[in-house]
Amino acid sequence: MTNDPNKTGHNPVPEVGTKPSAKPAPKRFAMSFVAPVGAFIALAIVGQLLEASTNQYVQLVLLFMCANIIFATSLNLVNGFTGQFSIGHAGFMALGAYTSAYLSTAVVQNPSFFDFIWFAIAGGLVAAAAGYVVGLPSLRLRGDYLAIVTLGFGEIIRVILLNTPAIGGARGLFGIPRPKEVVLGDFVFTNFYMNYLLAIFWVILTLVVLWRMVHSVHGRKFLSVREDEIAAQSMGINTTQVKVRVFVISSFFAGIAGAVFAHAAQGLTPATFGFTKSVDAIIMVVLGGMGSLTGSVMAAAVVTLLPEFVLRPLTDITGIDLRMVLYSLALILFMILRPSGILGTRELPDLWRKNGK
Amino acid sequence: MTPSQQRRTRTNLGRSKFAASLLLAVSLLSSVSCTRKTEQAADGSAKTSSSSEILIGEYGSFTGSEATFGINTSNGIKLAIAEWNEKGGVKGKKINLRSLDDQGKSEEAASAMTRLITQDHVIAVIGENASSRSLAAAPIAQQNKVPMISPSSTNPKVTEVGDYIFRVCFIDPFQGTVMAKFAHDTLKAKKVAVFVDVKSDYSVGLSDFFKKTFKELGGTIAAEASYQGGDMDFKAQLTQLKASKPDAIFIPGYYTEAGLIARQARQLGIDVPLMGGDGWDSAKLYEIGGDAIKGGYFSNHYTTDSTDTVVLDFIKRYKAKYNDVPDGLAAMGYDAANVLIEAMNRTADLTSAQIRDELAKTKDFAGVTGKISMDANRNPVKSAVVVKVDGADNKFVTTISP
Repeated sequence: MTNDPNKTGHNPVPEVGTKPSAKPAPKRFAMSFVAPVGAFIALAIVGQLLEASTNQYVQLVLLFMCANIIFATSLNLVNGFTGQFSIGHAGFMALGAYTSAYLSTAVVQNPSFFDFIWFAIAGGLVAAAAGYVVGLPSLRLRGDYLAIVTLGFGEIIRVILLNTPAIGGARGLFGIPRPKEVVLGDFVFTNFYMNYLLAIFWVILTLVVLWRMVHSVHGRKFLSVREDEIAAQSMGINTTQVKVRVFVISSFFAGIAGAVFAHAAQGLTPATFGFTKSVDAIIMVVLGGMGSLTGSVMAAAVVTLLPEFVLRPLTDITGIDLRMVLYSLALILFMILRPSGILGTRELPDLWRKNGK
Repeated sequence: MTPSQQRRTRTNLGRSKFAASLLLAVSLLSSVSCTRKTEQAADGSAKTSSSSEILIGEYGSFTGSEATFGINTSNGIKLAIAEWNEKGGVKGKKINLRSLDDQGKSEEAASAMTRLITQDHVIAVIGENASSRSLAAAPIAQQNKVPMISPSSTNPKVTEVGDYIFRVCFIDPFQGTVMAKFAHDTLKAKKVAVFVDVKSDYSVGLSDFFKKTFKELGGTIAAEASYQGGDMDFKAQLTQLKASKPDAIFIPGYYTEAGLIARQARQLGIDVPLMGGDGWDSAKLYEIGGDAIKGGYFSNHYTTDSTDTVVLDFIKRYKAKYNDVPDGLAAMGYDAANVLIEAMNRTADLTSAQIRDELAKTKDFAGVTGKISMDANRNPVKSAVVVKVDGADNKFVTTISP
């Protein structure tokens, strides 16, 4: 097992590098396929190392980070790339979380690893359907009005969950399973690790789909709506249609984020998906940079890891619980010093290119 | 060798920006987690390596909308631990408390519990107030076989999670039993009407057990009516209840509706005593009900108006330490900590499994909130107090044992 990291870690790079004369199309195909798979394998190995070296607490926080990455990047599609302002994103996450949790507890007994993928997709579809219902009328509105509609929607979802006895009502839904552990001979893949594989699968899938989308002709439409809706309209772009599509796709991935979250936390209460959860998503999007997917990934990592791994030890040393105060302070300082977010509208590779040339 | 390799990697990265970004993210991620991990490990081992200390965990809502609940409970726990440490601790070791804030969120409760157990290596955990957060964290304690004792989660489901989960408060249905006994023994009621909030688990549970016990004691249920939490007008149901000429009316709901019901009942000329459960326990009850609610009775965990020396002692010491009158939550936190430490004191060598066994054997522990004995389901068999609403304050009436 110890030899594998080196082998697989380097694999994707030489494979592409040894074919400098490859034509653009196959290269692009190779890139779109090799890079995600390579990243998945690399992350899977990182997961094994973590499994061997850390405790469950660190692992749990990493799972929450995965959920937050999907949650933040999905919102970035609406708020960052398309320039709309949705502040009820937690509602979609809640739908995905509860759908996946309900399917895995009440509907399917002893779900297998692949069942969890279907649960998450079902959660995503429920969220996407809700996104369509909310988006169709409200995305004709602009700015503040849309914000109010989405805020109201988020609250409606929460209150419905609160009053549905089948999913626990105010008490919550507990005992949500994780994928079962897999034993291969002497080697045991724990249920945390299986859950982690599932989480990174969704993170990478989300990033690939969103990345391909915003760099396609559709992505240009999103940007045109953000930059100037009237100009976009006069160029023949059906702006409402674009906005609804973006909203539905974004809702779908928020639902996926909810599913990842549900199986990591193993318990859900409607209170989790309150207004503050939506604000968390906005914080991550703004912190990372509106219109930067890799920025959202970094911001989600910072927002999840900072309070747990930096501010908690700090609290232990000082003995005063200023965790949330320092967290807020860090955010305020960051926004004053760098209002455009970590990456602004650029992506990580853009930085690379600038330095390289 | 090295420069050529470098050049190659760089050109590759230039070409394949996507691969580069992902690989960078990977390496960033792994380096971050690795460095953090070592930091954490050092931190964690420092906490447990000193063998002169015993580490107990606590999780609660110290920030957020329910912060007062969490802080008061924590104050009670800290007072108990300070007292034990003054007496020399347990088996010559000082007790150290590790408190984590869950911000009133259930997922934070789960991660706090995971941290307490897998990183801080506590031998037992105290928490939480709210049943929903106890339910989120309890499975983790159960999985890792670390005993958890909840001060005030009254939902029956909490201890059903497993044999490592305990509590020191009575469960919801028990209050129904208590009030039935009170109605029969103290009020000498023969016929009681029940007015239940059908939307609430809590209310239905209380009324079911009330009816069952009251009938067993030889009383009759004169009439039953229902309302839904959030209703404003109760006159139709009250008229129906009045027609049955009850000796008392049991209203196991929350203070908002109870206050309104009391007002409307008095307007309709119903002058029999009204009774309720701990859902009535709020200063708002008198604000809403006014004089109409005066003379109503409800069951509660604890009252500062007690004559018990254990209670008086606790109030004195709590006041000395925090300059504040302890509420029910502080008392419950104090009892939870004491029950746990007492159990630790009885163990042979302080392992989590032994603490669990000793907790299960808790018998006739003289707590502030009553005598506590654990039953087979790890719920305490303990007494409840009944108080009488007397203006903004409540007067202690009697203690009822199970």
